[in-house]
Amino acid sequence: MMRGRRKLLPVLAVAEHAVKGPIWGCKMCGQCVLHDTGMTCPMNCPKTLRNGPCGGVREDGGCEVKPEMQCVWLKGYERSQDLPLLPTAWRNGFHHLRPPVDNQLKGDSSWVNLFTGRDRRTPSGWR
Amino acid sequence: MSKLATLAATPGAIIVTAELPIVDSGGLDAVRERLEPIAPFVDAINATDNTAGHAHASNVAVAIAIAQLGVEPIMQVVCRDKNRLAIEADIVGAALFGVRNICCLTGDDVTAGDEPEARRVFDLDGPQLIRVATKLASGTYLSGRRLDPAPDLFVGAVENAAAPPLAYRTARTVKKLQAGARFFQLQICYHADRLESYLATLHRIGVTKQAAFLPTVCLIRGAKALRFMHDHVPGIDVPASTLAELAAAPDQREAAYQLALGQARHALAQPGVRGIHITDFRHDGSVGRLVTDLGLADRAGTREQENHAHDTAVAL
Repeated sequence: MMRGRRKLLPVLAVAEHAVKGPIWGCKMCGQCVLHDTGMTCPMNCPKTLRNGPCGGVREDGGCEVKPEMQCVWLKGYERSQDLPLLPTAWRNGFHHLRPPVDNQLKGDSSWVNLFTGRDRRTPSGWR
Repeated sequence: MSKLATLAATPGAIIVTAELPIVDSGGLDAVRERLEPIAPFVDAINATDNTAGHAHASNVAVAIAIAQLGVEPIMQVVCRDKNRLAIEADIVGAALFGVRNICCLTGDDVTAGDEPEARRVFDLDGPQLIRVATKLASGTYLSGRRLDPAPDLFVGAVENAAAPPLAYRTARTVKKLQAGARFFQLQICYHADRLESYLATLHRIGVTKQAAFLPTVCLIRGAKALRFMHDHVPGIDVPASTLAELAAAPDQREAAYQLALGQARHALAQPGVRGIHITDFRHDGSVGRLVTDLGLADRAGTREQENHAHDTAVAL
């Protein structure tokens, strides 16, 4: 059982990245929050912010760090408001305070961590 | 309770804070020199944290120095340079020396500074940092490990009312309020209409009653400095008409002062605003002039500060 699981986990991670990499630029943080961020991966923000745009967004909506790129959070905010078929809970999820990234999960399949609840485990001082 | 927290909890008390110009070297004398022209006019002074991605004497060291010189410090903490462990250690370490006001910022990127090769950290983001500082104040590290006694902290934040997405800035402020921020030193805003609509929304939904809002007023020397901010400071946009107006003024220095004075009057007239935060790039005594011209030199907070400044003078 354990041996099978050890083989399965990396396979799932590869499969997840194969799907989410090309579509969302997934960085395999292992604790996916796409649904709460207007289906826009926050790990593509150069500051890897999890809770919305910094104060450096340019007048034209460009990123402070990469001016030629639209601010990831500006895009996420607009999508969270406008994307058709996005469940209301996901739309409202944009406003949730997301916990600091758990760096132990990097490279994991977030599908597995979602299933086991591992991605929702936060340090007790956060709660 | 810090003096700033006490003032924030006093209905009607006008609060004036200011930023200490950066310090690199020169010992406590350097801090003293920078404090002297502004301390008598303000309630608390910010120790900045590697402003605009440039290394300087640390926020912790400068905040402690401000406290030791008898003035109330506000320690800015940014997320760019340190991970969560180091940030928690800085906050509780500074608190050992009586630093109780913590202003939490995401921080400019390393590419805004003169060492763009540096690794950016951002292990926490702004709202997370607010929550962590608030948890420290309630007696726990992020891990849940207890601090006994809990440090007496007054936690605040920054918001930029003028940066896109404009419609989201109020919601972001509410997120920071819910994370624990009780004062907001707003980013300098040259779009009066944006500041107005931001504050009006927050006032309407009751947020201005739960935290002290202090819009920033920036004292600059002239059109060149204004143009520099517009071109180089992340998140600051100056309307072309404002730039042109200042550039056309025969007396640049005076016109730049009047621009700041007008901004301060406008900010103080907005509903729910509790005071202003001053950033001074002139270093010519304009902080005192501004506070006096605003009729705030004899406010309750300053009376207290005058006694306090008296003590400071002794300490100085």
